[in-house]
Amino acid sequence: MSEGAHPTHKVYYLVFIALAIGTIVTYEVAFIDLTFFGINFNPIVALTIACTKATLVILFFMHVRYSSKQTWITVAAGFFWLLIMITLDLSDYLTRGIIHRQ
Amino acid sequence: MGQQREASTFGMWVFLLTEIMMFGGLFAAYMIYRLLYYHAFVAGSSSISVGWGFVYTLVLICSSLTMALAVSAAQRGIRRLQEIFIVLTMILGVVFLVIKGIEYNAKYQEHHIPGGFFQTFDAVKNHPGQEENIAAQEQERLEKGSKEQPALSPEAAKQAAAQIAKQSEIFFCFYFAMTGLHALHMIIGLVLMTWLLLKVRKGLFGPQYYTPVELSGLYWHFVDIVWIFLFPLLYLINRTHGH
Repeated sequence: MSEGAHPTHKVYYLVFIALAIGTIVTYEVAFIDLTFFGINFNPIVALTIACTKATLVILFFMHVRYSSKQTWITVAAGFFWLLIMITLDLSDYLTRGIIHRQ
Repeated sequence: MGQQREASTFGMWVFLLTEIMMFGGLFAAYMIYRLLYYHAFVAGSSSISVGWGFVYTLVLICSSLTMALAVSAAQRGIRRLQEIFIVLTMILGVVFLVIKGIEYNAKYQEHHIPGGFFQTFDAVKNHPGQEENIAAQEQERLEKGSKEQPALSPEAAKQAAAQIAKQSEIFFCFYFAMTGLHALHMIIGLVLMTWLLLKVRKGLFGPQYYTPVELSGLYWHFVDIVWIFLFPLLYLINRTHGH
């Protein structure tokens, strides 16, 4: 039974600093145009930072890093489901009209 | 005892998964409409204050830290620290809701609340010259499919601008549905914190038993995670072309 273990306060403060830095970077980068090769990378960068921040919160603040395998699987299944839904939805909507154009 | 705690954590996570499904549905619908009506969504997003969005995120991150420290204090059975950190978490939660109120009020005064009194967003209203601009952008997007479209007449440009104004109403539907649902979760979180505070006062929690604090913490962090995604999605769609 490992879920009694919790991170030290130092870990909490480090995670907090990382989250704050992530927020500031998200804010600052939003005003810089990151369009390369005709693709706007702004939302990609913003969402990558958001995913990193969410992962930090889940692993350390929510103690999943120190939890049992059962909790790991439960959490992973939830987010994997979300990934499936968004992937299938977008692969439908993004590809609509392609056949008409040809 | 360990088994009970394990079962509680598992149960709480299953509940949080249903929450992911609820917010996930909204996120998916939002993404699809954002792809369909990109320019209208940029205009809508640019009319909400990015500064407030930034402050919200910092406030929630701080409250997540104080919540994590409250759980840690409960685990060590230090009553005074539990009280302090739970109260701090509540204060930050209230600060969040107050700013939300200020922002909603601004939207109310600008007539940006979807419904009968919805008015076209600032990008078009305050900069009349931009109507053609936005319409031209929209036209460009449409023309990617077929290049034989006729050039845009002023009439058509106005029509396109009106269409974008209409589509931006959809952005605000999402904005209010998503931030409103999130704010509701914050209010529920504050009720939970009040209940916890009463229990802490009775000295119920210590190294042997602190499940309610731990699970309320999971809930609070989850609400924080939802905001971590709402901030870039709603406030930062595209700020590079003027804000």
